[in-house]
Amino acid sequence: MSAAVTSPAVEANRVVEAVLADLAKDHRGVVVDSPPGAGKSTLVVRAAAHLARAGERLMIVAQTNEQVDDLIDRIAEEHPDLTIGRLSAAGYVASERVTAHAAVRVALKADDIADRTIVIATAAKWATLTDGSWPWAIVDEAYQMRSDMLLRIAGRFERALFVGDPGQLDPFSTVEVERWAGLSWDPMRSAVSVLLAHNPELPVHRLPVSWRLPASAAPVVSQAFYPFTGFRSGTGPQDRRLELGAGGMGTSYDRAVEEAAASGWALYELPARHTLRTDSEAVQATAALAVRMLQRGPVAHSERGEAPVGADRIAVGAAHRDQVAAIRLALGPYADGITVDTANRLQGREYDVTVVLHPLSGRRDATAFHLESGRLCVLASRHRHACLVVARAGIPELLDAHPSAEPVRLGVPVKFPDGWEANQAVLARLGEHRVRADA
Amino acid sequence: MSRDDDHTATDLSHLRGGETARNHDARTIAALTANPGCARRGVMDAAAVDKDAVARHLGFGAPFGQSQFAITRGNAFEAQVKADGCAELLALLRDGLGLDIPEVAYDDLESVGTESREVRHTRTRHLMARALESGEGTMFDHPLLRLDIAGQRAYLEPDVIAFQLGGRFHVVEVKSFAVVDGQAEPEQVAAAARQSAVYVLALRELVADLGHDPERVSHEVFLVCPENFSNRPTATPVDVRPQLAVVRRQLARLTRAEDIARDMPDGLTFALDDALPEAVRSVEARYAPECMSSCEMALFCRDEARACGATGTLGRSVRDELGGVDSVVTALDLARGVREPSEDMAETAEQLRVAARLRHEALAAAPAPAVPARDAAAPLVGVPAHGAGVLERTA
Amino acid sequence: MSTLTALAQLEAIASGRAQPVATVRHCHLSETPLVMIPLKLAGEAAAPLATMLGTDRNAPTLLVVPQPRNRDLRFGYAAELAKAVVEHVEAERGATETLEPSKDGEERFRYERAPQIIVPNRGSVGFLRLLGRSTRFRSTEGPWAVDPAVPMLGRWLTWFADRNDRPGSSVLLTLTETLRLHWATGQSSLEDGNLAALMGWIDPPEGMDGPSAAARAEDPVVSPPAGPATDPTFDNEVLAPAIAAFDESGGEPRAEERIRAAVASQLIPTWDLAWRALDLLRALPEGASVPKRWERDRDSFTYFHREFAESPPQAKLDDAVRAARRLHDLERSQESYEAQRAFDDPLVMAEQRLAGQAFGGMVTESEPTRLDESGKRPKLRPYVRIRTEDPVRLDEGATVVNAARPGLKGRVVEIDGQDVLLELTGGMGRKQTPEPGVVPEPGQRVVFTSRTADSWGASKFPEREDTPWTHGGPPAEYEPADEDATEVWS
Repeated sequence: MSAAVTSPAVEANRVVEAVLADLAKDHRGVVVDSPPGAGKSTLVVRAAAHLARAGERLMIVAQTNEQVDDLIDRIAEEHPDLTIGRLSAAGYVASERVTAHAAVRVALKADDIADRTIVIATAAKWATLTDGSWPWAIVDEAYQMRSDMLLRIAGRFERALFVGDPGQLDPFSTVEVERWAGLSWDPMRSAVSVLLAHNPELPVHRLPVSWRLPASAAPVVSQAFYPFTGFRSGTGPQDRRLELGAGGMGTSYDRAVEEAAASGWALYELPARHTLRTDSEAVQATAALAVRMLQRGPVAHSERGEAPVGADRIAVGAAHRDQVAAIRLALGPYADGITVDTANRLQGREYDVTVVLHPLSGRRDATAFHLESGRLCVLASRHRHACLVVARAGIPELLDAHPSAEPVRLGVPVKFPDGWEANQAVLARLGEHRVRADA
Repeated sequence: MSRDDDHTATDLSHLRGGETARNHDARTIAALTANPGCARRGVMDAAAVDKDAVARHLGFGAPFGQSQFAITRGNAFEAQVKADGCAELLALLRDGLGLDIPEVAYDDLESVGTESREVRHTRTRHLMARALESGEGTMFDHPLLRLDIAGQRAYLEPDVIAFQLGGRFHVVEVKSFAVVDGQAEPEQVAAAARQSAVYVLALRELVADLGHDPERVSHEVFLVCPENFSNRPTATPVDVRPQLAVVRRQLARLTRAEDIARDMPDGLTFALDDALPEAVRSVEARYAPECMSSCEMALFCRDEARACGATGTLGRSVRDELGGVDSVVTALDLARGVREPSEDMAETAEQLRVAARLRHEALAAAPAPAVPARDAAAPLVGVPAHGAGVLERTA
Repeated sequence: MSTLTALAQLEAIASGRAQPVATVRHCHLSETPLVMIPLKLAGEAAAPLATMLGTDRNAPTLLVVPQPRNRDLRFGYAAELAKAVVEHVEAERGATETLEPSKDGEERFRYERAPQIIVPNRGSVGFLRLLGRSTRFRSTEGPWAVDPAVPMLGRWLTWFADRNDRPGSSVLLTLTETLRLHWATGQSSLEDGNLAALMGWIDPPEGMDGPSAAARAEDPVVSPPAGPATDPTFDNEVLAPAIAAFDESGGEPRAEERIRAAVASQLIPTWDLAWRALDLLRALPEGASVPKRWERDRDSFTYFHREFAESPPQAKLDDAVRAARRLHDLERSQESYEAQRAFDDPLVMAEQRLAGQAFGGMVTESEPTRLDESGKRPKLRPYVRIRTEDPVRLDEGATVVNAARPGLKGRVVEIDGQDVLLELTGGMGRKQTPEPGVVPEPGQRVVFTSRTADSWGASKFPEREDTPWTHGGPPAEYEPADEDATEVWS
């Protein structure tokens, strides 16, 4: 390795230092783009402590209760001296991760935790406040937050650090309305996009290293979904290894599991067929691969040492909720331990191994929904070791036949990457790790 | 390297059976992106068959007429924008978009007399070469561009303007649909963006051919449209990178038409004769209702698809909902449980049976609406009088 | 799109007639709706050519701009249209109901009725919206003065068009979309956009079936388009010469009459079709939640009407706060509209059953007085076991409500093959024994669904002048500009 190449840790740290330095300058906001597993939460925790130690009271905005609790757990763990308030809705039952820390107080009203250095809540909860002001806010998963939500909470803070992953799914709405298309304050656009449209001078940093994605995945995900910015893997090809403790029976499931363990990817290909969304063969295969992976006694070797991969470290992802329901059913008794969810809900999560039902599997025509690059990006970037994709043959032909007649709205920035191109790029890579289903 | 690179021009011109080749223009090239999965359209386009003539010969002429009001309005608007060496356009780019535009040389490359297209194209090349060398402000109206479409040389005669600013060329497309409060019909903008992308592509090829960096043609084009309800033009920048990628992809793909054509029965051509229906039917179509807005063959293909009871006539989403069952009769038989599904249709069949049962259950419980008899009165005749509603029924 | 609708479409093909996809009517129909069929001049954004309108099917009014490029004629037309629309608005108010005052003590009123406009298709709504945009800023004073009715028309049309964005609103209905909500045809949604073709499938003329009626409807000579775009051949062969003759004659009444006759020939078929479509929709029984939604329309109408004199015209663009509020309202409407439709209509509920989010079947066992005594105080928790053939895709623990009585809530205890065991948790009264007839009994057919409209608390938004820096800060106040009043309309 040439000396000119900086180590990933040094490179990443340089960016984090630059972010922290920017907080001390008089920008009203700082944006940090974070590709999958690039240490977004670590940055949030560090920036929170940094601001708190500088004597600032701050609020943290996360998108889900789960994310709030995760952050509380990490901040309290690493900085037990900081007092934390958790603002929550009635009906919220504090999880163990929260109650375990003495420095955390849960309250329904902001007044009850006014003395806390850090107050943390979901965006929805923050939006119920009509007064109070914090000198600083950290907004987590800011690309998944709609700009109308930012509008409702922005009155609560003077300055803010926005952290998020631009490659994941855009926020969406249940209604289709064109009246705001092209406006810089379109409520359907993401919070960051509206923020930057109105404040183009704000500094934007990019975390350059994915600590989650293995060397086998980082280049693929980077090229397909972050074509202009890019990132690299924090670990080298030799740093991660997935070892299978138990022998297989030579079935195609076993071969796919072995391929994934050896290379980080596997494409489990079923014969071409147009199917319902809940294609039972594909659902069965998805569930079976997750179970087989578990049965083969996988052990993860990584920079963190050696650890068996249990059901809690395996996730199954799909595009639609009915697919998720069908896969849960197919998993039977294993459904309790293995996470099964849609791309939307898997955002921000991390596992050792993932099994993905390809959104285009069995479709006769690709739709914008299925082609959305963020969906595939989420599904293909949750794993530390290996990702197995289940798909029916014929997706390249499907992409090939896709009509490109997307409407164009004046003033709406072009979305990159294009879902079609991203799908092609990922598929090309998966094609090198194909295992055909046993007939 | 790849097969395409050493591939010589695909020549399918024999498939025209002696009929005149249709001249591609930006609109027809842009239309190639509309239904790339259709083999029939692919072959006919690659062979430069005049699909409109074919459809008319088959008795399915497409009613793609245009109102003279729209034509008049479009021409008047364009003439206004381009009058006096594009004076209004320049003012617009300067003031409206705040571009720092120096003195600009204006050249109209509109054809002179009986000049051939090749000569005109040479003239465009010549002027482009000079402009690229100098990098100075230049406006070319009606440049004649060239693009290879599956080995066929297509000339593009855009009404657009190629406009060099700071050493980069921009395409300016004049359209007569309105931009009201910054918004325009998304379908019309998309069509304009696709056409502009074709011009950008052709300009880039020309620039590369002249030994310059093709990136000197910007992916940002300017769309000039009437503002609000007036005739006053407004310019909006449009990023056509997505359209460029799509057009490039589909042009590369056209060469595959050769493989499809090889499977056609020997001797069949798209000549306008008695064998035409057979020739057309020998190449499979992939009909979808969207074809109606982009393909001259659509009415024929729809009729064909309906005649064979294809579920695709109901739209792509309906077909997808039926998971793979292509035939209306099969789907209904499966829903009614009168046909044993093949293994690959078992799931769809189950879904359809449940759907049929649920529909039956819900409808059986509902009273049939008492639909009133059609109005016994004769239809309205005559002209309603001004203001007052005195229109008579004849009965 | 769902498999149920797809199946209905297949049945339509097989039978040659449209098939129902609803058992009740999901929109309000006024007794005297104002039917409007607008036409515009081809190639222009919003140059009106003509409108046929009225509340009496036998006596339509025809308003025509004989030379659509003439500004005076156009504003004359706008003034007449304005009178017709405003007259309808005023006629459809009814009595004023006084409601309980609001929390902050403000008086509240609701008109008994509200106006309703019926147009053929989506394009008509877009046209009315643009017509509203092009007229509402007009000044009624100064050198460019127009009839005072013109800006009023603009504001009313804008209100109607904005209201149309809202799921479940009925003040401005398009016939194609409303019909498609109730019937499925054997053609694609694209072809259903043609009112005549759609009606051909639903209600073919004597001696014809759906496909032949639809085919006939695609011939613009037999069946002129329902607007707002006209048939190009009509433009070129009939309208253009007539307008040219009008211009040449210097505006002679006879020449104008020729244009009116030509335009009437294009509009009358659609006019008759529109009223026939209303007959068909009226024959359907009204959905149970329709009056509740119409009440929201009446509220909006009351507010807009009462504030009319004091308010400026609606802004050209929503500012950030307005946009966020509006989106929030639309999403709330969407959610409750979808939920209400399913509760009102078993055929819509069938969609949820097919998707496994709801299930229906026969009660096989019932323990109406079961108590849960695990807590401090015993709670009424009846058990009901239901045998279903539906493909249930619910997790154990999922919350469900009874489709016929949404107040009755329950929780899925276990799903065993075709048997679903529910524990009822609410909606049975306050006592330790359920109110009679509430807990389903063996032999009874029931449907339970997991999809309920979330109860939304009132959401808070900043005031316009408090628009945060993230959204560009407070927007400039709108000042009526000369430019708006004089905006060229050519």
